[in-house]
This record gives sequence, C-alpha cells and structure tokens, in this order.
Amino acid sequence: MFLKKVALAGSMAAFAASAGYACEIGGRVNIVGNEFAAIQAVAAGAKECTGASVESNLTSEHQTINVAGLSGNPSEYTSAIIANSSLVALMNEDVIRPLNDLVEQHGQDLQPGQLIKIGDNIMAIAFMANAQHLMYRKDILEQAGVEAPTTYEELLEVAKAIREQGIMQNPVGGAYQAGWNLAQEFNNMFLGYGGTHFKPGTAEPNINTEAGVNALNMMKALSEYMNPDFLTHDSNATNAEYRAGNVAIMNMWGSRASQQTTTEGVLQEVIDGHAIAAPMTVGGGSIPATTLWWDGWTVGKNISDEEAEATFIAMKNGIRPDMLNDETTPLAVWLIEGYEPSEDAQGVFAAAKMGTPPYPMLPYMGLMHSALGNELADFMQGKESAEQALADVEAAYRAAAIEQGFLK
Amino acid sequence: MASRAQRMPTSLRIASSLFVLLWFILAAFPFLWTVWGSFKVELDFFSIADWTNALTGARTEAVYGSPFTTTGYEGAWIQEEFWRNVLNTGIVCFFVVTISLTIGTLGGYALSRSTYNYTFWLLITALIFRAMPPITLVSGYLLPFFEWNIWGILPTTIIVLVAINQPFTLWMLHSFFKNIPSELDESAKVDGCNQFQAFRRVIIPVMWPGVITTGLFSFLLAYNDFAVGAMLLSESNRTMVPAIAAFLGTTQTEGNVMFAVAAVVSATVPLFILVMFFQRQIVGGLTAGAVKG
Amino acid sequence: MRHKTFLWFFLPTGLAMLLFIAMPIVSVVTQSIFAPHPAVLIEVESCTPLVGCTTETTVDQEATATLRAENPMGRFVGLGIYFDRGHLAVQEIGQIWASNESWGGFFSELGNLPFYRAMAFTLTFTFIVTPLTILLGLVIALAVNSLHRHLKGLMIFFSLLPMIVTPLIGSLILFWMIDSRGVIGNALVNLAGDPDFSLKASTGLMWVALMVYGVWSSAPFAFVVFYAGLQTLPKDQIEAAQIDGATRWQQVKFVVVPHLMPLVTFVALIQLMDNFKVFEPIIGFSAGAHAQSLSTFIFNDLGGETRQLSSAAATSVITIIGIAILLSPVLVRTWRDFKGAR
Repeated sequence: MFLKKVALAGSMAAFAASAGYACEIGGRVNIVGNEFAAIQAVAAGAKECTGASVESNLTSEHQTINVAGLSGNPSEYTSAIIANSSLVALMNEDVIRPLNDLVEQHGQDLQPGQLIKIGDNIMAIAFMANAQHLMYRKDILEQAGVEAPTTYEELLEVAKAIREQGIMQNPVGGAYQAGWNLAQEFNNMFLGYGGTHFKPGTAEPNINTEAGVNALNMMKALSEYMNPDFLTHDSNATNAEYRAGNVAIMNMWGSRASQQTTTEGVLQEVIDGHAIAAPMTVGGGSIPATTLWWDGWTVGKNISDEEAEATFIAMKNGIRPDMLNDETTPLAVWLIEGYEPSEDAQGVFAAAKMGTPPYPMLPYMGLMHSALGNELADFMQGKESAEQALADVEAAYRAAAIEQGFLK
Repeated sequence: MASRAQRMPTSLRIASSLFVLLWFILAAFPFLWTVWGSFKVELDFFSIADWTNALTGARTEAVYGSPFTTTGYEGAWIQEEFWRNVLNTGIVCFFVVTISLTIGTLGGYALSRSTYNYTFWLLITALIFRAMPPITLVSGYLLPFFEWNIWGILPTTIIVLVAINQPFTLWMLHSFFKNIPSELDESAKVDGCNQFQAFRRVIIPVMWPGVITTGLFSFLLAYNDFAVGAMLLSESNRTMVPAIAAFLGTTQTEGNVMFAVAAVVSATVPLFILVMFFQRQIVGGLTAGAVKG
Repeated sequence: MRHKTFLWFFLPTGLAMLLFIAMPIVSVVTQSIFAPHPAVLIEVESCTPLVGCTTETTVDQEATATLRAENPMGRFVGLGIYFDRGHLAVQEIGQIWASNESWGGFFSELGNLPFYRAMAFTLTFTFIVTPLTILLGLVIALAVNSLHRHLKGLMIFFSLLPMIVTPLIGSLILFWMIDSRGVIGNALVNLAGDPDFSLKASTGLMWVALMVYGVWSSAPFAFVVFYAGLQTLPKDQIEAAQIDGATRWQQVKFVVVPHLMPLVTFVALIQLMDNFKVFEPIIGFSAGAHAQSLSTFIFNDLGGETRQLSSAAATSVITIIGIAILLSPVLVRTWRDFKGAR
C-alpha cells in the first residue's frame, strides 16, 4: 500500500480523460508535502490541470523545508500540504495567505467542514482526517471471555484477564517510543482526563495538575502489560508486533487500519481476528482519550495573485469529489463530499462522533510536544515521580517558550 | 616473504587466526544476515513471532510457497524506481570525488610546502570547521538556497558535500604531501619551473596512492550522506540513502521495510566491487601518506 | 612558498570552506545570541472538520510583523540561550547547589538536567569508544597483516563492511537483531537464562549496546589506517630488535607502536571528534529514553513542529567549543611538531 505513484497517476489520468474533465490554470503551481499515498493522489489530481506547470515535491522532510520554501519572493512553493500540528508553524512565520476570497470565487462547493478557520480567516482546506482509536483481536478477547473495552480502565482488566489466563504475556501494544510518540500518547490521555495544556489565553503551561498525574499513572499502568521494550516502539514497531500476533489490543492510528491485514505474511489468525472500534475514554470522562487530526493544503503568501489563484484551482482539482475511485478511496479517511467510509474508516468516524478534541492548534503546542517527548521517559522507567516529571516538562517548555518569545 | 626469525610460533599463529575469524564473524555476520533476510517478507525479517522464522522463512513460504522471494527487490527497483536514486548517487559521488580531490590536492600541497605560521592556523581552522554538526550547517543553507533558486538540484548538493568534506581531505592530503620530499619540487624549480609547473611535472606523477585513499573516504562520505541529501534535494533528485530512509515510513503512515532492506543490500554491491578493485591502492595510499598528527 | 603562490593554490578549497562553512558558522553564532521577537497573542475562534469550533490562541501577525520590521535580526538575548535550562542551565545549577548538602544529591539532581545528562553519556561514550576503537583496529591490523596473501584482500573488504553500510541503516539493522526476539537478542536471553532479559529496556545495557556499536562501526577506519602503516614498517628496525633478543611483544611495543604513533594521533583526533558528535546509533537504536547527545538535541530542536533555531545554534556552538577543548592536548602537540619541523 506504499506509494504507487505511477499506477495511480496513470489511472487518474485515464479517469480524467474519460470524464472529459478540464482544469485550466493561469500560473505556476508547486506543492510541498509529505509523501504518503493519499497525498500522492491529491498531487496527481492537481497535476491534471493544464495551462501552466504543476510540480510537486513530496517528501517526509517536508516539515523542515516548507517554511524556507514558502519564504522569499516569489517563493519556490505555492502550496504546502500540512497537518493541523504543522499549520501553526507556517502561521507563526506568516508565510501562508488567508483563503477567504479564493473560497468565495472558486470554492463554493467545498464542504463547510473542510474550511479550517482561525478567527475569520480560512487558512487551510482539509481533505483527510485521522485519529488514534482501538484496534484489537476479537478472537483473543473471546478466548479470554471479555468484551472489547470502551474505557482505559476496562482495557486494564482485559489485559489482566488475557495475561492471567496465560494467553499472552504482554497483550497491550502502544507507540510509546520516547520522543514524539510518547508525548502524543500523553496528550491523548491528558485530554481524556479533561486536562488543558495551557492556562486559557496564555502560553503558560498547565500540565502539572491532577489530570497530568492521572494521565501518567494510567500510562504507567498500561505499560505494565506491554513488551518491556515499549520505550523503543514507534507505531511501525507496534504494528509489527500486532501482525506477528504478539499484541491483542492497542490504540493505533486510523490511517494504519487497512494495512493490519493486508501486509504480506500477516498471520491468518490476525487477519481473521482483527477488529477496530471507537477510541476509549478514561477516568469517567465523556470525551475519548485521543485527538483528531486532519491533513489539508494551504496557499503561500509570497506569490503573485495569479499564482495563488492557480494554486487554489489546481489543489481543489486534486480533492474534487470524482477523484475518489476504487484506488484512491481506501487510501485515507477523506473529508471530500461523496466519500463512503469503508470498514477501516469507522474508528476515525466514531472518534469524531464522540466529540474527540482536535490536536491543539496553538502556536506553542509544538514546543510543549517536544518538551513532553524529552522529559517523560524518566517517569515511564520509574526513575522519578509523576510530579517531578511534569515539573521537568514545564521547566523545559518554559525555557523553549521564552526563547521563542511566547513567554517572558 | 617473512624471514625465519619473523615467523610466528604456532600458538600465536592459532590465536591470531582465531581472532581474525572472530572479527570476520563480527564484521560480516550482520550484513550476511541482512542479505539472507532481504529475500523474506517483513514478518520473517523481524521474526518477532519466533526468531527461527528469519532462517526458515516460514511466513514467506506461507505467502509465496517458497522460503525466498524477490518482492523487496522488485518493489524497490521497479515499483519505486530505486535506480533513479542510484543514478543520482552515482552523479553526486563522481563529482564530489573529482572536485574535492582537485581542489583538495592543490590546497593540501600548498599547506605542505609553505612554512609560514598561517598554514598551521589554517589546518586548525579546518579541523574546527569539521567539528560543526552538519545538520546545523544544512538547515542554515535552506533560506538562502531557496532565495537564490538553487535549492533541490544536484550541483548544489555536490558543492555543499565538497565543502563539508574539505577539512578531512586537506588534513589527509597535507600529511601525504609532507611525506613527499620537498627536494623533488625544489630541484624542478631550480631547473626553471614555476611552482605550478613543478607541481604538475614532479608531484602529480607520484601522488596517486594518497589521492586514491583520500578519494575513497570522500566517496564514502558522499555515498553514505543523509543529512545533506535529505534536506537539500527535491524528491525527483533524491539520492540513495534519503530514498532508503523514505521507504521506512513515518509515524502516521506505513512504509515498506523490505524495500529498504533490499535497497540497502543492493547499495553495497557497487562498494564491494570498488573496494576489491582499489584495495591495493587504498592501503598503498595510506602507507605513502603516513599521516602526522 | 611565496604568499601569492600559496594563495592561488589554496584559493579554491579556501573559498569553498569560507562560503559553505565559515559563513554559516558566523550566522549560527549570530543566531544563537538573537531570539525570535515576543509573539503578540490573540484569542480567536478556530474551526476544525468533524468537530466544530473552539476558542484558540494564535499569533497576531500584524503586530508581530511590526516588531519584526523594526528589528529584523530578532531580539538580542546575549548568552541567555546558552545559560537557559535546555543548555548550560546556570540558574538551575545554582539552585541545586544551594539546596544540596552532599555531592551525591548534587550529582543526582544534576542528572535531571538534559544538558548534563547528555554530557555524561557523550563523554563516557567518547572516552570508552575511542581507545577501544584504536586498540581493536590495531589488533585487527596486526592479525590481518600476518594472514596469507590471498586471504588478505577478502578480509580487507569484510573488515570494511561495518564502515561501508550507511550508519543510519546499519544501526537500524543491528537494532532489529538485538531485539529480545531477534537473533542476537535471543542468544543473549539464552545466555542470561532469564526470559524477560531485554537489552532495550535497561539504560545500562543500552549504553553498552551503543558503545559496542560505536566500536564496531569505527574499528574499520582505524584498521585501514593502521594496516597501511604496517606496510611501511622498516624491516631493518625489526631485525635489529630481533638481534637484540627482543620478544615478539617487545617488538610490537618498542618498534611497531612508535612507528604507528602519528597514525594513532590522527585516528584519535578524528574519532574523538566523531564520537563527541554521536548521533546515528541513538536514533537507529531508538535510545532516546536512555541516552542523548548534543547532536540529538540539535536534531530534536530542528525536527520539532516548531523549529527552535536559536537553541539549535547555541547547542552547535557548544559542540564546537567542546570539541576544541577535547582536542586541545592533541593540537598543542601538533603545534610543537609544526614548530619543530620548520
């Protein structure tokens, strides 16, 4: 399910030709973005436009180059494809333009939910969503005589039952790799306990609270049922464990759901037993302990109006409803009109229905995320108390926020 | 070859052979294991269900009916067009080695023949330059390169790699030229050559062993480079190592580990040929360029 | 050589280094003493698909742009970033010093500051891996040199393998192998006789694994250099030593090692520098929970969602200064040699 660029472009072109679809643009378009298949599909759609050149640079390093690539006059890129976590970095640097006028002219048929508004300004057009949710082995749970959990507390009981019956020693999986992944798991749990990362309206950290301590304690309790190497497991490693039949239950990215059973060599019992469900709540909270993500495209600020218009038209062509076909539909949970969610997308939609909070789109959230990733591993290894770990996070965040000018 | 007196006692000979064998296993085993594993599916390669799967290929057999498959290689080379990245790496390596040796030879020669204090300070400065973490350098290039519109193309990367590689090249070549007696070019100058003519007629013919060794290290640097290529090249111009890293996927998206493994194994083949071809010169070169600290 | 001739010979390489290393270093130093302007924050309503609208804080671009236009370099902070908690943590050290009676308490709290913890690992790594690399390289060189002529070529290639395979991928492959279910990890589990034994879960064992990788991957470099040096070993000196009745060990100690000494210095110089910048194994081994280095700090600063350029710049400058201090004994020696040789 990796990037089938050529095949994809080919089939899309054939499709466009058969539909007699036309897209005329009057300026240069150049796209920078991540390289996974769904984004390849969007870029391929944008490249069908004629009249001017449409280029793209899709690379996993996009985040390090997009600010520089959108700077300068005119900038190298006219559009950056980003996720909600990285939108703020572009806004902080003031390199993307509000899209209100372009949406009015050319984007009347976009879904209202696709428009990412910051204040009155539409800053991005979202086209796909993602969230972490429950994935589990229904055969193992049946064998243990337990139901699929809806809360993390139930998950602990499920794990206990599986271990005590000797079915699996470490039934819980989790992307707890020190760094970005661990911080993300904390964010999920922290929001699930009703925490807010910052004091309202300021950049003051607010994580050394009861919610923070509870979140850490829950993570620690979960890690007791994980492979002892959990601090080195990113989502790739966790999925590998799942497919090898070593893990029965985990909180995993919805974008990975379809590959759990289709990767080569997956055990038959995993294919048969694989099931997905809504994300879990924690601590009696009503909203799930997970975050909602979207990917979308932006239009650069340091380009001419013609180029901006061309970019908007071309990008919109990349996410038009009839770009969804047998090949592209399973690639993502699309936010495009007419998308029929497949089985694999149910987890993400359930997350949305339950009121999952979006990943905080704050200018200083990235700094908090880095600080969490660097400082929480000590607690997970039992080297320090939850309070001390959270105090360290706040201190590390504070230093970074002062440097960046968010705090005094 | 060895005189009678130099011949080793049997016990020492056995100990030494055993040590070589042990080192051979240490050095080659991970690589040979990878070569073996590259013909399996991902679950066998990781073998986290049962480690013997990596040897027997149980899952591979379940999928393909044979414990070996070339899907990884086909995926990397045909579907992902890894040959483009190989080609780019070839171009980058060729020019990096050529340019960095050309200007490094001139500079190293000058440093070895001048006796003023500044040569010492230039060498020290070069050493300090080498201390700079390359990722910081590269992230500093981004903004100006985009502004000058030279980002993303191979020549930029080549020049940057040459520059980053100069300190090491200068140090090696400088020490090498120190070992060529300066009487050689002095006498040429007495015969009426200027410095450059002396360099060309007298030094160039005898410098090759040292230059080739230095070239090997330049080559390895360009060949194995990740930081520069990943940040300064656009997707269409990507070199091998960033491409391999891209096969591995990211947090939210699935990669294909077996493409990466197959690509790593394929990437080693040209190096095998190169080392076999140049092994005598590599060692010979360092010999001549006995490096002075 | 006359100044002018020297200049022409040195110009191309000098220009390359000036443009692509010296100037960036100047800009890095500048960046480390200037930080971004204070951001003017405002609260606005933000809307997200599938969820709806919430109140979020954002940067007031117009107000911030005015600040930027007034002073494009940024806000001058002097050495502020060098001394903050992410770097030298001067203030925090003062507090720890004041609140601790014993050295033990002082050091354990010092270990909670990221910079000092990273330094503890980096220096341990540097001072264990560098000598071991040199020693191993030397022994391999001596052993391979005594091999039969036909075996030598093949052995040279295989000895080079750990250096040839891209470090980023090489460390990843080893990381998969030392997993407790991997081939090496499984052997270790059997050796330890403990089914829960795991290299990756313990800080101490992870350090050992990183250092073993460090020695393994740089021994080939030392080997090639020393092996070449052995080829020029003057025969007459060895013979003279043998006539004097020197044992084999004495020959190595008094003839071979002194002959290789300049090469040892060179390898030590390069290895000290590279080990101080240890990076790939920490990333490849996902060892972030157990070990950090200055290079991984820079990587984290530049790789986060919000890039901390000033912080990365300060860490880079600290790296250069650290390496300069580390190398100073060798450099003083080189200066004496240089003066002597003239």
